[in-house]
Amino acid sequence: MINENVEDNTSTKINDFVVKFANTNGTGSASANNMFAKAIMRMGIPVSAKNIFPSNIQGAPTWYEVRINENEFLGRRGGKTEIIVAMNAQSFIEDIEDVVSGGYLLFDSSKQIPADLLRDDINYLGIPISSMCLKEFQNPRQRQLFKNVIYVGALAALLDIEFGVLKTLVGDQFKGKEKLITPNVYALELGFQYASNHFSCPLNFKVQRRDLIGNRIMVDGNTGSGLGAVYGGATVVGWYPITPSTSVVEKFASYCQRLRIDPATGKKNFAIVQAEDELAAIGMAIGAGWNGARSFTATSGPGISLMAEFLGLAYFAEIPVVLINIQRAGPSTGMPTRTQQSDVLACAYASHGDTKHVLLFPESPAECFEHSALAFDLSDRLQTPVIIMSDLDLGMNDHLSAPFIWNDKQKYDLGKVLSIRELDNTESFGRYRDVDGDGICYRTFAGTHPNKGAFFTRGTSRNEDAIYSEKSADYVDNMRRLERKFATAATLIPKAEISSGLQNTQIGLIYYGSTAQAIGETKHILHKQGIPVDLMRIKGFPFGSEIKKFIEQHEQIFVIEQNRDAQMRTLLSTELNIDPNCLTSVVCFDGLSITAKQISNDIIQVIEQQIPNQEVV
Amino acid sequence: MSFAKSKFRHKSLPVNDLGLTYRDYEGAISTLCAGCGHDSISSAIIHACAELSIEPHKIAKMSGIGCSSKAPNYFLNNSHGFNTVHGRMPSVTTGANLANKDLTYLAMSGDGDSASIGLGQFAHVVRRQLNMVYMVANNGVYGLTKGQLAATSDRGVKNKTGDTSLFNDIDLCTMALQLGASFVARCFSGDKAQLVPIIKAAIAHQGFAFIDIISPCVTFNNHPGSTRSYDYVQEHVTTGAVTDFVPIKEEITAQIPEGEFEDICLHDGSVIRIHKLDKGYDTSNRLKAMTDVEEHKQRGEILTGLLYLNPTASTFHELNNTADTPMNQVKQDLLCPGERVLGSINDSFR
Repeated sequence: MINENVEDNTSTKINDFVVKFANTNGTGSASANNMFAKAIMRMGIPVSAKNIFPSNIQGAPTWYEVRINENEFLGRRGGKTEIIVAMNAQSFIEDIEDVVSGGYLLFDSSKQIPADLLRDDINYLGIPISSMCLKEFQNPRQRQLFKNVIYVGALAALLDIEFGVLKTLVGDQFKGKEKLITPNVYALELGFQYASNHFSCPLNFKVQRRDLIGNRIMVDGNTGSGLGAVYGGATVVGWYPITPSTSVVEKFASYCQRLRIDPATGKKNFAIVQAEDELAAIGMAIGAGWNGARSFTATSGPGISLMAEFLGLAYFAEIPVVLINIQRAGPSTGMPTRTQQSDVLACAYASHGDTKHVLLFPESPAECFEHSALAFDLSDRLQTPVIIMSDLDLGMNDHLSAPFIWNDKQKYDLGKVLSIRELDNTESFGRYRDVDGDGICYRTFAGTHPNKGAFFTRGTSRNEDAIYSEKSADYVDNMRRLERKFATAATLIPKAEISSGLQNTQIGLIYYGSTAQAIGETKHILHKQGIPVDLMRIKGFPFGSEIKKFIEQHEQIFVIEQNRDAQMRTLLSTELNIDPNCLTSVVCFDGLSITAKQISNDIIQVIEQQIPNQEVV
Repeated sequence: MSFAKSKFRHKSLPVNDLGLTYRDYEGAISTLCAGCGHDSISSAIIHACAELSIEPHKIAKMSGIGCSSKAPNYFLNNSHGFNTVHGRMPSVTTGANLANKDLTYLAMSGDGDSASIGLGQFAHVVRRQLNMVYMVANNGVYGLTKGQLAATSDRGVKNKTGDTSLFNDIDLCTMALQLGASFVARCFSGDKAQLVPIIKAAIAHQGFAFIDIISPCVTFNNHPGSTRSYDYVQEHVTTGAVTDFVPIKEEITAQIPEGEFEDICLHDGSVIRIHKLDKGYDTSNRLKAMTDVEEHKQRGEILTGLLYLNPTASTFHELNNTADTPMNQVKQDLLCPGERVLGSINDSFR
């Protein structure tokens, strides 16, 4: 029923709107919603999907927000939504409120909705979905699952999605389970027919085929991280389940099952242990790193806290290990299924004593893959932990991403490890001697040489030859060398990505990680307001020299991040010795991914406040 | 500080199959208190490894934190060692073993390290059936922090400052038996004749071998009233079964002493000969072993010797079906699936 009295605020929009699905978790909506988003991509139109879900297994409200935008503005848009598919009675009132005036609410009209709940400024698309399922399907599970497929079919008619694209998707999804294809396509058709017969289709906002996707893929960051570890040569994993990092190891394990089983013997070229806790998880990874296998663990905030002691040991004992941190809202257990970038300082300085860790900040699934593989080279080269700072939004949501890239010419950099032959030719070996002046020493593995190269690894102070020592000079020399090693690290980690405008602008925006998806749109909004900006995306810590240079070249710097305390700003100011007043922070920490609207509003507000001051001067 | 021992050795020192003397298995000079039971353990390890002719560089010495965990510095200088963090040696050893299953893992821990801060890691490494020798130098006291009561202290005993242990003790042997260790023994550090063959057998055993070694602390727990003093242990120790260890290549020619004996063939063909001092003792009965430990304890005795052995238990790598080449030696071409495969993975996301 199109509400004749409703003023149309949605206007005719092609490839620029948001569709939100309100579901109950545990009802199988995820795959149908995903099919919807993928269909848009297969029509060549840029699309993003955010799953906003509770810390719960079954029965609680969950939302899936799909943004379609041919200008590539694929961060969360925020604000009200053009169309909501309201399948959850629990969140129905909230969902009605969330529709933009003149927008649409698609709902299951099998039961009467109390009239007092309804707004009169939106349109209602009632489809008797439950009744249709009850009539058409016998199996109770199918009656539930196909509700989701029916509304996708209806949306196809309403939004002008090519039905053939959906049919192909169903075929792809159920490859090998062919008997599921027919009922799924039938459910799609049911929805499509109902919408075509009862509503004026398409709506005034709809999709139209484009050719804007190129070779991009749609995938979540944790798949990239797990697969990157396979490509990076990780063989040993100790881990402990914690949302939102769990799927990193699950993906690693499933790719290993496919790609790392010796065809001749059926044996595994990998070993994964689900540990008793996060302490043991990283302990295992460190033990393996000590013995020369590439190893990693994945965790989230509370796990980082538990791993802190071990990170200090690995830093001081100089053992390579990769830690993939999928950040979530904290502190404590915080909001475990919501996103944040709130472990920056905790990771940069994790542990007791003087410690600093190498961090990488991926922005996309492709970069999760790249950083994951790279982290093994870096940690072997530097003999120190490398922490990858992903987050829930990047890790668990599907993103339109460049494809994963690997070059077969790439050889693993195993760093300074002495072979039996090299040990034979070595006069004397000292594990912590800085032979090359870069702070990185040579290491040996157990079992290499019968009488050369053995040493005792410890977290306590030692001299250059790894002999226990409490002499102040030995300690200070060692700590200074570790400082030199960290300076070497700054030259090895990926450089910040800088994009400067054509005109010489005075404003620079600094951002990192998943915030990247909101930046193109931010720049666009600011540009429209007459505020040109230069951009710098930080990819790693310790900071390279280009970062300080960028800050010095701009009169005003905004540091955009997803935590309350402006942690990256603190790190920049501390590590680069920059007056904190030169860095204005823009933060969002509500657990939802940051929007261009929030960022640009904050920046505009700061700039507007400065204008009267300047006039006074 | 640690100090290297003199390299001088007497010409007539016997050499083993590798041409090495026991001095080649020594470590730095001990900095533990004079008379510390842990030094006897170090000495037993040195003799066991030398007599077994194990290449020292194929051994990894693992430890946590505490007096016990310092000990690996005092044996096997030619082995890599890793003195990790308090209570976490089991996880690090697990990782090391996953990376290279071909080394012999000799782990030293203490009662604080294993029965208190590391109890969780202890329990889980037993469950994982890791192929390693896990030795606890058990003195019932915190030595390195000067004399606090440990979780293995018997209920009611007093420490040197007069604090009484109010709670039940944790028996790590009983725990190891319950959690599925395939080799469990309890020894007294003062009885080298018992300890050396037990360590040898534990090394030869494929699987998780646990040895709880009562190792008196001369400084903080050797007073009257302690149940871990030299005098008390010597007076209350009793042995179920004495063990001889016969390496794979030697024929069993030893004279059969009085009493019953049983030969158990290990994975590598070597033999453990068990002389049953207590005629009813049965080292293949896990449940009975647990009962025996408890019954002796109730009589005020400390049951020592090999308590339990299952020579055919599976190890972690068998259960995991790990490839034969240790993980730290697998080459890139076997680890990295390459560009072409990645292309088809990318396609699955389009």
